[in-house]
Amino acid sequence: MSIEVKNITKRFGNFLAIDHVSLKIPDCELVALLGPSGSGKTTLLRIIAGLEDFEPGHDSDILFKDKSVVGNRIAERRIGFVFQHYALFRHQTVFENIAFGLRVRRGPGRLSRAQIKDRVMELIHLVQLDNMQKRYPDQLSGGQRQRVALARALAIEPKFLLLDEPFGALDARVRQNLRRWLRRLHDEIKLTSIFVTHDQEEALELADRVIVMNKGRIEQEGSANDVFHRPKNAFVMDFLGSVNLFHGRVVAGRTVFEESPEGKTTEFFVRPHEIELLPDNPDGNGFPATIRRVQLAGSIAKIELTDHGNKEIFVEMSHEKYSLYHFDVNARVFVVPKKTVIFAEDYSI
Amino acid sequence: MKKRSIIPGFGLTFGVTVTYLSLIVLLPLSLLVWNTASLTFTDFLKAVTSTQVLASYRLTFGASFFAALINAVFGFIAAWTLVRYRFPGRRILDALIDMPFAMPTAVSGIALTTIYASTGWVGSWFDRFGIQSAYSPLGVLIALTFIGLPFVVRTLQPTLEELDKEVEEAAESLGASRFQTFWRVILPSVWPALITGFTLAFARALGEYGSVVFISGNIPFETEITSLMIVAKLEQYDYAGATAISVVMLSVSFVLMLIINLSQYYARRVGR
Repeated sequence: MSIEVKNITKRFGNFLAIDHVSLKIPDCELVALLGPSGSGKTTLLRIIAGLEDFEPGHDSDILFKDKSVVGNRIAERRIGFVFQHYALFRHQTVFENIAFGLRVRRGPGRLSRAQIKDRVMELIHLVQLDNMQKRYPDQLSGGQRQRVALARALAIEPKFLLLDEPFGALDARVRQNLRRWLRRLHDEIKLTSIFVTHDQEEALELADRVIVMNKGRIEQEGSANDVFHRPKNAFVMDFLGSVNLFHGRVVAGRTVFEESPEGKTTEFFVRPHEIELLPDNPDGNGFPATIRRVQLAGSIAKIELTDHGNKEIFVEMSHEKYSLYHFDVNARVFVVPKKTVIFAEDYSI
Repeated sequence: MKKRSIIPGFGLTFGVTVTYLSLIVLLPLSLLVWNTASLTFTDFLKAVTSTQVLASYRLTFGASFFAALINAVFGFIAAWTLVRYRFPGRRILDALIDMPFAMPTAVSGIALTTIYASTGWVGSWFDRFGIQSAYSPLGVLIALTFIGLPFVVRTLQPTLEELDKEVEEAAESLGASRFQTFWRVILPSVWPALITGFTLAFARALGEYGSVVFISGNIPFETEITSLMIVAKLEQYDYAGATAISVVMLSVSFVLMLIINLSQYYARRVGR
């Protein structure tokens, strides 16, 4: 089922949380709403769920499969919502938590006791919590609680799954594992899903499509590849990974870097892995800098430098490449950007 | 080797606790028993089971129980209102809750009597329906409800404040109605606090004297509470008789509190 959001605005007092946002989410995709805190991503998710209202405005609407759901409550929208802090029922066991949505059901869709049991046990198996059904939330780890919350949301057979910072409260290792597991689960159950995150790595790794938000607006949306390699503006470039900012001019098709900008200069953005370090510069490319710190623990070598103006420059390279030069701390080298990005408009970072 | 607790000072704090409790609670209580011991068993039995005293037990425990029950319901609503909604005058209402704590009980007794007497503002209204509020068991119930209210509200407030809004939203997203959310999610989470509040209100009502004696009218066999029976014995210099009734009152209260506390412990364990 597809989701369409049309021209939605939301204010909290004077604070503009969502600023005329429109977006379309195709069927069966796993979509990330990515942005810094205060960018409106959680608010947008809650508006889609029906947990938050929005300002009535010209042609504002929320459509599920081309049908407006404005005015419908969250239960009518058939949404599985996973809360940031799980929001498990503390006085109920894992089994009872997952069964909740089935037990409160009234009318023709009501399941018998045995049917509920089968369904819950199936879900417990799906989220890999076998033999844990009698535990209370207090007796579970963060990752296990997260999976209970997910199973509970899935129990009502929702048409969409919305997850608010699903891995926010977990430590790095558990987060990694759970992320991959969630991706596999999504491929298995094929449920249109949106998750909110402030972690670019998480968004890029997990999502089919990434929506980058800032200050209540959508800055860019596209595949993970798209937004990473073809950022539309400086904000997206900066938010999706670290970046170096240089000032300079373009003279006769060649980039000339200046250490201190005077007069009208252009801003160049260069990712740390798109920079080469050379012991000398026979071609006259690049500019000199001093190595301040070399960090080799990790899958790549990370090098910090400062230029004459004491501006910090970050460079990343493979260990193989690093071993060719063996830069020492305080050595002077030449910084040669290989791929620079220039944005025309008014963003600055 | 002796197993040591991480937190230091157990010996000292435990010593202080026991000494303090002994001086403040245990010593006076044991004196009661000591004094009662001067009676023969037959006299004791006669003192504590006279029909007048038996009637007072029924009224005291019955009215205290129902007063605590009424407070559990309306105290819950009051606490809910104060925690959940923001409205002008909320602070004032919040402070008002504590008034029964602060007022001298005789003052509240007289005030309540004035209002609920058949000529009073509320009493005359009751009177029109043929219900006598002051100078009747109903009056006792009213006074005991009045003094017990803060206990329920004050124990529930912090628990209600801790309730996570997300949990209610989760219940709603899973299709629960407002009533189901309340019954299956909110009530179980506040249950232990509600029982504590109920117990405190109940205990407070059992021992109440000041406010009740004014509104009850102290009609023998009808509106005499046990504390009044004790005072009456004292006024007749029947100290042993007074302490005998006290001992019965204390023992029954203690057993009741123990049962309620155990049930609360159980609720907490299940309701973790």
